[in-house]
Amino acid sequence: MNTDKLVRMANQIGAFFATEPDHAVAVESVTSHIRRMWEPRMRAGLLAHVAETGGAGLSPLVLEAVTANRERLASLTPRNPT
Amino acid sequence: MYSLKVPDAGTKPSAGPALVTVEIDGTLIAVPEGTSVMRAATEAGVRIPKLCATEMLEAFGSCRLCLVEIDGRKGYPASCTTLVAPGMKVKTQTPKLAELRRGVMELYISDHPLDCLTCSANGNCELQEMAGVVGLRQVRYGYEGLNHLKAKKDSSNPYFTLDPAKCIVCSRCVRACEEVQGTFALTIDGRGFASLVATGTNDFMSSECVSCGACVQACPTATLVEKTIEDKGQPDHVVNTICAYCGVGCGFRAEMKGSEVVRMVPEKDSKSNEGHSCVKGRFAWGYATHPDRVKTPLIRKSIHDPWQPVSWEVAMAHAASEVKRIQAAYGRGAVGGITSSRCTNEETWLVQKLIRAGFGNNNVDTCARVCHSPTGYGLKVTLGESAGTQDFISVEDADVIIVIGANPTEGHPVFGSRLKKRLREGAQLIVVDPRATDLVRSPHIEAKYHLQLRPGTNVAVANALAHVIVTEGLADDAFARARCEVGDYENWRTFVSEARNSPEATESITGVPAAAIRGAARLYATAKNGAIYYGLGVTEHSQGSTMVMAIANLAMATGNVGRPGVGVNPLRGQNNVQGSCDMGSFPHELPGYRHVSDPAVRAAFETNWAVNLDPEPGLRLPNMLDAALDGSFKAIYIQGEDPAQSDPDLHHVHAALSAMECVIVQDLFLNETAKFAHVFFPGSSFLEKDGTFTNAERRIGRVRKVMPPLAGKADWEVTVAFAKALGYEMDYAHPSDIMDEIAGLMPTFTGVSYEKLERLGSIQWPCNDAAPEGTPIMHIERFVRGKGKFALTEYVATDERSTDRFPLLLTTGRVLSQYNVGAQTRRTHNSQWHPEDVLEIHPHDAEQRGIKHGDLVVVASRKGDTRLHADVTERVAPGVVYTTFHHPESGANLVTTDYSDWATNCPEYKVTAVQVRLARAAERAESAAAAAGK
Repeated sequence: MNTDKLVRMANQIGAFFATEPDHAVAVESVTSHIRRMWEPRMRAGLLAHVAETGGAGLSPLVLEAVTANRERLASLTPRNPT
Repeated sequence: MYSLKVPDAGTKPSAGPALVTVEIDGTLIAVPEGTSVMRAATEAGVRIPKLCATEMLEAFGSCRLCLVEIDGRKGYPASCTTLVAPGMKVKTQTPKLAELRRGVMELYISDHPLDCLTCSANGNCELQEMAGVVGLRQVRYGYEGLNHLKAKKDSSNPYFTLDPAKCIVCSRCVRACEEVQGTFALTIDGRGFASLVATGTNDFMSSECVSCGACVQACPTATLVEKTIEDKGQPDHVVNTICAYCGVGCGFRAEMKGSEVVRMVPEKDSKSNEGHSCVKGRFAWGYATHPDRVKTPLIRKSIHDPWQPVSWEVAMAHAASEVKRIQAAYGRGAVGGITSSRCTNEETWLVQKLIRAGFGNNNVDTCARVCHSPTGYGLKVTLGESAGTQDFISVEDADVIIVIGANPTEGHPVFGSRLKKRLREGAQLIVVDPRATDLVRSPHIEAKYHLQLRPGTNVAVANALAHVIVTEGLADDAFARARCEVGDYENWRTFVSEARNSPEATESITGVPAAAIRGAARLYATAKNGAIYYGLGVTEHSQGSTMVMAIANLAMATGNVGRPGVGVNPLRGQNNVQGSCDMGSFPHELPGYRHVSDPAVRAAFETNWAVNLDPEPGLRLPNMLDAALDGSFKAIYIQGEDPAQSDPDLHHVHAALSAMECVIVQDLFLNETAKFAHVFFPGSSFLEKDGTFTNAERRIGRVRKVMPPLAGKADWEVTVAFAKALGYEMDYAHPSDIMDEIAGLMPTFTGVSYEKLERLGSIQWPCNDAAPEGTPIMHIERFVRGKGKFALTEYVATDERSTDRFPLLLTTGRVLSQYNVGAQTRRTHNSQWHPEDVLEIHPHDAEQRGIKHGDLVVVASRKGDTRLHADVTERVAPGVVYTTFHHPESGANLVTTDYSDWATNCPEYKVTAVQVRLARAAERAESAAAAAGK
């Protein structure tokens, strides 16, 4: 996936939640939005970017959310038992 | 007028609360107070002759045919304009009345061509019928005197003719244009014998007529008649169905001869349109049988090869083998699909089911991605349901109406007429739009405030409105604290109260004078009923979802939710955008807007569909295109959409489609996307299948098949066959079986069935045990999410900035006569009104560039350039230019960017920084040659 675009999209999400007065809620909201709305390869692309560059171009809020919730963003929801 | 004898009581029903009993020809009848004698008689089974009266219009009392005698009253009052009174005794048939009526008819017929046998209205002419009813046997005045029999017929309109020789000057057409459509294009010119219906110009085509067809429908003779009726004669049967154009979802009578449509007439009992129509639904249905329709499946190895016609079986087998090959080579997630907002709910359901159950992933998206996905997101977050709150008729109770980023008289014309009617009755209007739309000022309509903001600053305007409402104490605190999350409300109050959100502070950002913002906020907040209607001018921004939430905030803060006349009302683009979203077309949600990660929701589908479903969100369409360019997405099944024309940054879209190994397109025509396709499944028009559409007011209505599918299969049958070829069986005998499955799996649809739709006509979801006949207005006692949620809506400027190099902001929209990418309307006579897309530019900007009206100009952005002819107009403000995207040649989306909404990736069509210059001689020659070649 185009990393620049992923960074831009993530920063847009961060910009929306940045107004949240409770910082912990803002971090959780950014994480939850990316986790619930982004397909796994997009999340993997963002995580790889953070791993490779330390999060170049990401806003502090997004970088904090991604760094603090790396495993949650990387994980896959288990399928229902068949 | 309607063919095939649709009952017409002559005047509108009265909503008077008290009943009044009257005696008509010896029969007692109780009717609501305010009912006309004519309507009361009809309800008593007594038919009074009439010509100028029809229940689609207000009573007029000009034809003098409906005279009656009333005990205790002098003379012979017209029954259409006389209201019932307690104890009234009416006689409708007396020797004197018969004499008077015959006398009136003699006068009419003395100036009317006696060509009934060859007249196009033969068998469906009220004048002819009334002559029979009154027993006309002679015309004592003869036919030799002054008359209008040689008056010139006006055939300039492509869809209907005006023959003044047959006009009885009943004014029904003039009144229909005024009362129903609200255009005021017609008048009665002259006085007495010289009276004639006139357009104010030389002919219909050069007039202000918008060809809605209301005048033709109202005409009791063949004075105004459809050319298809002139050509084909009267229909022999009728099938009720729904228009396939915009999100109003008008009900229509398809008047047929065998399997051929003779004409489409708006259905008066349809609650979405109540007997009105626009030029598209009424007349522009000829595309369904256009010679360009593809009737045979096509395949090819490479997009550079010619198409090979094949059987359905070969096409299915080829498409399925390609999908399997690609998944085996690149993984299950390398394929996906797009559902269509032009297809039925049942068809959309099947496509998402095919992708989730057959492809085994959630890579499903829909064209709502590029229009109203922010509505789905924003209203779900704030109110708890991804849909508008009201029914259309709600506008009749609105006192102050805000229209934001919508142009209903062009994009949703039948609702636009309803809205204008309410404005003529006295409701106040606020328009928030960079462009001066017709609503800002048109005959008998004038917006109290036009907040002509800079493109991209919606959220700043909404926050400024909220600032005034909160800081001036205009909020409905009691409502907000009782019905909404109090903590969020308090946070929001604090946020919008900050000085940076004041109208004075935002004026430099938005370009809207602070005084206008303050006035508009006070007007809306103090209204008894304030309603907000919005369109793509809200959603197609990088802050589209934020603005939807800001709108919901305004409605909640002022208590304008949960009753008639108020609410948050998205005007949906395509006919079934609401339905396609409801049916699970988003990659993160199963049908009914339930997240794919919910194991209980998945389990219900898994049991019914006998598969194990992917619990991870899939790719959205823009993500699919990006993934195609990085090599991880290789095949796509696109039903009834044309992203190669409709999506932004077309160079990027074309490159992505070209990078795929298998593109499967299902459509009526070889559209722009088909240029990149390897498999083409011929689609079926709305006339060729059964199903349901859901309009912008959540109204589910029946689409009924009136002719066999031209290619042999309805779209739902194609998806079933494709699934079977992939090895996933779908077992349905009829779309009603699919609806039964939907009702079994969607909590908001549990009460919906074809049987109930037949009985009720239409149903607004939610329809379940709690609301067995549907839900016209939502959130009455409580919000769907429990408590309403105020979101903090910080204004964030778009990354797309105007600069010295690109100093103008381009925004886009639609025109009345064309629809979306124009695939349908360009194949009708509608192109006579809009043969090409043009660029609107303010005279100041044009003068600076040496551009005159009609000049060919080059529009260049950071993404690309295109050429359009200039329309120099003050509709747009200095610094803003505007165009439409109905013609592929104009390439509007060659210049739009890939910036998108933060929450949903809805593209930012509405803001593109551009430069405009006069085309050079070589460019003009090139464009002229291309036009000639076309």
